[in-house]
Amino acid sequence: MFVPIGSEQDFPSDYTLLLPAISVGNVGQLAIDLIISTLKIPKVGYFYTDCLVPMVGSNPYETDEENAKELCTNAEVYALPSQKLAVLQLRSLVIKKKSKSFRQALVSWIKRCAFARVILLSSCHAYHRDDTQLFGTPFRYLVTPALQKSVADVLKELEWKEMEKVSSYPGLNDNEKRVFIPGGGFTKRFYDDCCLEDLQMAVVLKFCSEGDNVPDAFSLLNQVNEWLHLVASTNGDVLAKWKAPGSWQLLFGSGLPAAIF
Amino acid sequence: MATFFGEVQSVFSRAVDEDDEEEEGEEEEEDREIIAELERKREVHVTWNPEVTAAIESSPNRRLPCSNVILSVGDNATGFVSSYILSSGSWEVCGSITLWNERCRDCNPRKDSLPAPSSCTFYRSITDPTVLLCQCNSYIAEDQLFQWCEKVFGSLEKSSLNVTVLSTCPVSEYKTPESTYSLPVPFLKALRTSEYREEVPCPLLEQPNIADGLPAAVLTYCQVWQIPAVFYRCYTDLSKLDSITIDAFRPLLSCQRMSRLAADSAKIQETLRKTVKSSEIQSNLYI
Repeated sequence: MFVPIGSEQDFPSDYTLLLPAISVGNVGQLAIDLIISTLKIPKVGYFYTDCLVPMVGSNPYETDEENAKELCTNAEVYALPSQKLAVLQLRSLVIKKKSKSFRQALVSWIKRCAFARVILLSSCHAYHRDDTQLFGTPFRYLVTPALQKSVADVLKELEWKEMEKVSSYPGLNDNEKRVFIPGGGFTKRFYDDCCLEDLQMAVVLKFCSEGDNVPDAFSLLNQVNEWLHLVASTNGDVLAKWKAPGSWQLLFGSGLPAAIF
Repeated sequence: MATFFGEVQSVFSRAVDEDDEEEEGEEEEEDREIIAELERKREVHVTWNPEVTAAIESSPNRRLPCSNVILSVGDNATGFVSSYILSSGSWEVCGSITLWNERCRDCNPRKDSLPAPSSCTFYRSITDPTVLLCQCNSYIAEDQLFQWCEKVFGSLEKSSLNVTVLSTCPVSEYKTPESTYSLPVPFLKALRTSEYREEVPCPLLEQPNIADGLPAAVLTYCQVWQIPAVFYRCYTDLSKLDSITIDAFRPLLSCQRMSRLAADSAKIQETLRKTVKSSEIQSNLYI
C-alpha cells in the first residue's frame, strides 16, 4: 500500500516507474540507489507492506547535516516531476511465502497509478549462462506484449538482446520453451503477472555473480540510460556521471585495528 | 525418465531450477490447509486487562488513550526499564502479547484458566494511566513483526502518542571507518522519525548502519503514520544481562519524558543488584 508523505495520493498517468528486483548481487537495488542519489530525487511516500523484512536507518542519500537525520525504511517511493519519473527503492528481503502477495500489492498499485511504463532492474546468475550467452553483451531485456509495440524499434536500434528462452525439458522436448531467470528473485513471476495484467513493463537485467557488485550496478545503469536518457551522456568517463550515495561506504565492514599491522 | 530396471525417476536439472522462488499456486488442498493452519498458529495475540478493555470500549473511537509508549527489547533494555523505571512500584501489569514461532514455542495462549506465558508484557502507570511500558524478551519472527505493530498500535489512540524504543546490539555489528576494537563500549546511538522534534541525548546512528527486528518494525510504523518515535540502540560487547550495559541507557533519563518516570535511586540500586545477581547465579553452574 502506498502511503504518501504529503496529500498527493496519485501520480499523473504518464509517469515511468523504475524499481529493482531483489536479485543476485543486489544489482537492481544498487542501480536504483545511484539514480536517486544522482538525480537528487525527493521522497514522496512509503510502500507500506507486510511482505518485506523491516529495516530502518538514517538517510542513505544525505548531502548535509540536516537531511542526514531523516529516517529511511524498507520500501520508499521517490518522484521527479521534471522527468516524469517515479522510483521505488526496496531495501530488504521479501519474507518467505510472501512473494506472491508482494507482487499482487505491486501490480495493484501500478494499475491504480496507471504508470505509462514500468521498468524492473534485475540480475541473473552468470553461471547459469549457456554457451551462446557466454559471448557478447551481458545485458538482456524482456518486454511485455503491451509494451512491445511501442519500444520494439528503439530496442532494435540499440541492438539490445532479448533474454533467451530455455527448454522446459532439455534434451527431451526442445519445442516447449519458457523464460528462466535464476537468481532473479521475483523478476520472472512479476514479468508473468505484468503480461497477464496487460501492463507496459520491461525487465533489464545483467548476468553477474555475487561479490563486489558496484561495477555491475554502474554498467546496468549505463545500459538503461541508453534507452531512458535519465542523465545526459558526456564524452568523458561513462562512470563519472553517476553519484554513489554515502551509504555505500564501508561495504566490506569496519576499519581494521591498527595493532595488527 | 526410466532407468535400466524400468523404474521412473524424476530428473533434477540445474537448468530448470527456480532457485530462490518458492513454487506457488501448485499446492494441493492438503498443503493449503497446513499453510493456513501454520499461519493461524503464528498469529500475534494481544490481550488487555479487563480495565483496559473497558477503557478501550468506552472511548469514542475504541482506542486506548495513550501519551507515551516505552518499548524495551532484549535482556539489557528490559533490565534498564525494570530497575530504573518499574522499580518505583507505581506500575501495574495491564496486558500481554502471546505468540508462537520456531524459537519461542511455549508462548501460545492456553485454553485453561492459567495465565499464558507471554512474550511481551504491558505495564501501565498508576499515576498517569496514559503511559505504557512494554517489556519484550522473546524472539519475534520476521513475518510476525508487521502484525505485532498493527495489533498493538491499532488499539492505541495516536493523536498525542509518543514512542520510545530501547534495545542493544553487539558492537561488532557497528560500522565505522576506525576499528570497532578501539571503541569505548557500551555507547548509545539513536534513530528518530520525522515527527520526533525533542532533543536526543546521544548522537544519531549514522549510515551505513541500519537497524532491524522489532525496533525497525515499530519505527517504520511510526514513520509511515507520522507518530513521533525515537529508538535508542546501545552497542555493547557483552551479550548477557550486565549492569554496565544497563547503565549505558542512563542518559535517556535526562529527557523530560523519561525523567519523570524514574524511580528513586535507592530502589534503582536495589533492583539493579537483584536483577544482575539472579542472572549471575543462574549462570554459575560450577560454583
